[in-house]
Amino acid sequence: MTKVLDIPKVNAKNMTEKEFFYGHKACAGCGGSIAVRLALKVLGERTYSALPAGCMSAVGFIYPQMAFNSNAIITTFPGSASMAAGIAAGAKALGQKDFKTVVFAGDGGTADIGFQALSGMIDRNDDVLYICYDNEAYMNTGIQKSGLTPYGTKTTTTPAGQNIPGTITHKKNLFEIIAAHDIAYAATASIGYPQDFINKVNKAKHVKGATFIHVYASCPTGWGTPTETSVEIAKDAVDAGLIFLAEYEDGEYKLNRNPKEFKSVEEYLKKQGRFKHMSDADIQCVIENRDKKWERMRKNWL
Amino acid sequence: MVSGKLVKRLTNDQLTNDQIIEKMSRPKHTEYKTPTHIDDYPTGPQYEAGFLPEKNAGWRTFKPVVNHDECIYCLRCYLLCPDGTIMKDNGKIKIDMDYCKGCGVCAHECPKDAIEMVKE
Repeated sequence: MTKVLDIPKVNAKNMTEKEFFYGHKACAGCGGSIAVRLALKVLGERTYSALPAGCMSAVGFIYPQMAFNSNAIITTFPGSASMAAGIAAGAKALGQKDFKTVVFAGDGGTADIGFQALSGMIDRNDDVLYICYDNEAYMNTGIQKSGLTPYGTKTTTTPAGQNIPGTITHKKNLFEIIAAHDIAYAATASIGYPQDFINKVNKAKHVKGATFIHVYASCPTGWGTPTETSVEIAKDAVDAGLIFLAEYEDGEYKLNRNPKEFKSVEEYLKKQGRFKHMSDADIQCVIENRDKKWERMRKNWL
Repeated sequence: MVSGKLVKRLTNDQLTNDQIIEKMSRPKHTEYKTPTHIDDYPTGPQYEAGFLPEKNAGWRTFKPVVNHDECIYCLRCYLLCPDGTIMKDNGKIKIDMDYCKGCGVCAHECPKDAIEMVKE
């Protein structure tokens, strides 16, 4: 495996000025498009992107426009990882060497529908980077609950009312599920910390074999937030401890950010329309769940 | 996309907006002609990469205006623009107004408040 020190650093000053995701029709302030754009800029021109049904394929491929400026294809919803594995194998058979295959799938396309193909891809250790941009619901089809929707979220399939406070399940622990495959490299990131995300994509680019990045990407339309705050919200989620930044490498977990004190969870939740209805007891439930998780992470990952 | 030779020949002060966009390798706005013959259609289900027949400028209510005296060129806006419309131009930032949707992320994230959102 390539050593971390050998990898050339990428930042805003030295990254390519080419845009590979340009002129797309994503909502103003879309967090997912920041993740896709930055990842493609780090990976460079020699990239094959595979996108299952989801926001980024819907906004990038509106006929006759083509917002992707490098090779990109829409895949079947459950088969994005296997199609990417096929692309990688095909390019290898053609004798190509300096390329990277990447999947951009939403949270539904990763944690629910595309999961079996992703699991198979990691099992076979195909040379594919799988990036899951997590906006915490099926946003493209009009905000339905997915496996990564957190507790208390109001969606169209889990409406908040007198009987239930919106979604009653907690977020699936996707990062640890992926790490349990003994994958070569997996990481979580947030668009609120762009340099951290860039570093992780850059690291994954230089790893041969299956890699996975789970990036938290805000969605102003689905979350009921003003468009200009989408990066701030993604940062607040990390600062409040609801999203953690971690890596899994060589069988070891590493916590990248271990804040001494968390920011107010209530403040983070009340900024968003999808959590506005939550009672104090619901917020307490979110905080308890967070503390339990952090206790476990601090015990085992530090 | 433009060849390396052309970029070398032009110095930055001589460039027009269109040429800067070309230099930055952003796909340009392309006029869409309604196909009249079967041969006019693309071979696959899509046109070639970077085929952009429509601009996004019409989505905008507020437009970003950069105060270059305040700007410290930290490039945070360049990193975080969801549409990639902010480009580097000779030590200054420049915005491609054809594709800016006016979301305001750049103005909100600017550490020096050097970008202001002004009503169109």
